[in-house]
Amino acid sequence: MLRLTITKRQEPLGWSSCLVVFGAVALSLFFSALLLGLRGTPPLEGLIVLFQGAFGSRWAIEDCLIKTIPIFLCSLGVAIAFRLQIWNIGAEGQFCLGAVGATWVALSFPSLPFWLMLPLMIAMATFAGGMWGLIPAVLRQKMRTNEIIVSLMMNYIAILILDYLVYGVWKDPTSFGFPMTQEFSDGAIVGKIGSTSVNWGLFHCIALAVIFWVFLRFTKLGYELKASGDSVRAARYAGIPYDRLVFLVMVLSGALAGWAGFLEASATINRLQPSIMVGYGYTAIVVAWLASLNPLYIGIASFLLAGLRVGVENLQLDLQVPAAFGGIMEGLVLLTVLAGGFFIHYRFELRGAKR
Amino acid sequence: MRVIKILLIAALAVGFCTTASAKEMKVGFVYVSPIGDAGWSYAHDVGRQAVEELEGVTTSYVEAVPEGPDAERVIQNMARKDFDLIFATSFGYMDPMLKVAKQFPEAVFMHCSGFKTAENMGNYFGRMYQARYLSGMVAGAMTKSNIIGYAAAFPIPEVIRGINAFTLGARAVNEEATVRVVWTKTWYDPATEKEAAKSLLDVGADVIAQHQDSPGPQEAAQEKGVYSIGYNSDMSAFAPKAHLTAPVWNWGPYYTKVVNEVKNGTWESESVWPGMETGIVDLAPFGSMVPKEIQEMVLAKKAEIVAGQAKVFVGPVLDQQGNVKIAEGSVADDQSLLGMTWFVEGVTGTTE
Repeated sequence: MLRLTITKRQEPLGWSSCLVVFGAVALSLFFSALLLGLRGTPPLEGLIVLFQGAFGSRWAIEDCLIKTIPIFLCSLGVAIAFRLQIWNIGAEGQFCLGAVGATWVALSFPSLPFWLMLPLMIAMATFAGGMWGLIPAVLRQKMRTNEIIVSLMMNYIAILILDYLVYGVWKDPTSFGFPMTQEFSDGAIVGKIGSTSVNWGLFHCIALAVIFWVFLRFTKLGYELKASGDSVRAARYAGIPYDRLVFLVMVLSGALAGWAGFLEASATINRLQPSIMVGYGYTAIVVAWLASLNPLYIGIASFLLAGLRVGVENLQLDLQVPAAFGGIMEGLVLLTVLAGGFFIHYRFELRGAKR
Repeated sequence: MRVIKILLIAALAVGFCTTASAKEMKVGFVYVSPIGDAGWSYAHDVGRQAVEELEGVTTSYVEAVPEGPDAERVIQNMARKDFDLIFATSFGYMDPMLKVAKQFPEAVFMHCSGFKTAENMGNYFGRMYQARYLSGMVAGAMTKSNIIGYAAAFPIPEVIRGINAFTLGARAVNEEATVRVVWTKTWYDPATEKEAAKSLLDVGADVIAQHQDSPGPQEAAQEKGVYSIGYNSDMSAFAPKAHLTAPVWNWGPYYTKVVNEVKNGTWESESVWPGMETGIVDLAPFGSMVPKEIQEMVLAKKAEIVAGQAKVFVGPVLDQQGNVKIAEGSVADDQSLLGMTWFVEGVTGTTE
């Protein structure tokens, strides 16, 4: 009689782990096609329309890149915290505070030239986002609270702060009472690259990703971070200041999300308004897991996820597929890729039961 | 030779087909919530279906589009796909639509509920506050506790105006009536909106009205065994025992009118704000629990509004602190209605 057993792989799967991921994505596409077929939409045409909408033209790719930027930065942020096994669910709130911080600079000193204005906005956004991230970290280390709960709850507080400001003191007097600030002055707007519709935030992403990679790979602090993430006890034993590391990663995490908030307010909306919050902070968590916390993969995963969201709109427009289908596809991809991760670490063996 | 002939005819036929289909007018709609909401987007989609019926017109829509950069992309992609006319049906689509309108001077853009226009972009809305006033009369006549609950979306002029009109209507028939407002800060979130209605029930409200796009508050009222006033579309299917009436949208006639204007080349950019007289806003049929005499009283008032004899915001109107906001004998102008940020006397709640 043959018996199926599961054993842990001694050596991690090398290149074939790529195959696993591709297989998982293909499987999720297959299920999506099946669902499309079930509701009477031609499945193959559906997938083609989806891909055309996402990557099929120059502007489609530009649209995806614009959407990639905030997802990528938030995701990079939460990935740093996840490295240390600190579960920062608060990217949404840190993003929000970043946007608020940047807006404060833009509204308070509207006449500054751009070379002074933008760095100041970045500084304020990362400071606000970072401090918002620091609070759950301090509470965790000093009062043993659960950072998941605290960072999640602080998202709601952050959004209320934003609401308070745009409904109150920052409301544009010419907006007929609608909640939005005045449009930023030209100096406070991150421009577009050449004739494309993509803003310079793309370069911020690339630069920050490289810094992130160098920091983890080549600095002592980066090494301590990785070591402590693998085992807190071993790290404490080796004399690594764990508390300080937790504070640091949460500040960095919040600062990156805050940076994303700055770019979203400055480059894409050109003002602050409540609809700036569309859940990038939560998407970031999904992306970070899909990409197993690696900056390069985070870039790829955020681009693909942005593509999925943009492409689904095309699917709606051409074939009248409901909006909820995008959410279903996202869920399927996450499920299959995470399930596929199992095959990277374990393997099945067929054994004859001789005993 | 024959083969060539056939090929030629086939090529011509294909050519004709493509030119024929190119003449087909493409109309796009952008919705803020799913059309299954039974509310705001549903009402617009009923209007879209009326347009779809027209000869030589095809329509399409994208639903659940967040306001902000996503909206800009969706509108832009419609314009790139050669849509001739695009309707964007939420306030937050205004600035994104304006940006796109400048890039695509050939297409016509119509924005619902905003105030900015361009050469090729107009805006439109309906005087929903008229129907709100009438539904307020029904609520005021039916309440026993004299507390009417109102689950509301965002403290913006459109919603505040609606609450004020509703309150004026309720107090016109019942001086004791007060309206308690809870802000959900959501347009479409069935669970949150239901909870908001429950919190109003807990403070003694026995009629629940709403400015939300989900039927959540209706369900809450039905479960508690009290009355409710719907919104957007006839919501009586969700709460048959509670649903007294609802101020409803009827976009079909207006949408087909605009489409025909664009088709005939007579369309011009303007801001329009039609009222009950055009049928763009209306009152849903009364539930059987509304007594005949109340129905007749409300319908009489409706006839006066339709005929232009009665207005909703007529002085003296006091605010919550008792200051005179609209002087006796005067009628509020559209400008002050569009920018309304204060509550009338009889509303419990704040506009922040």
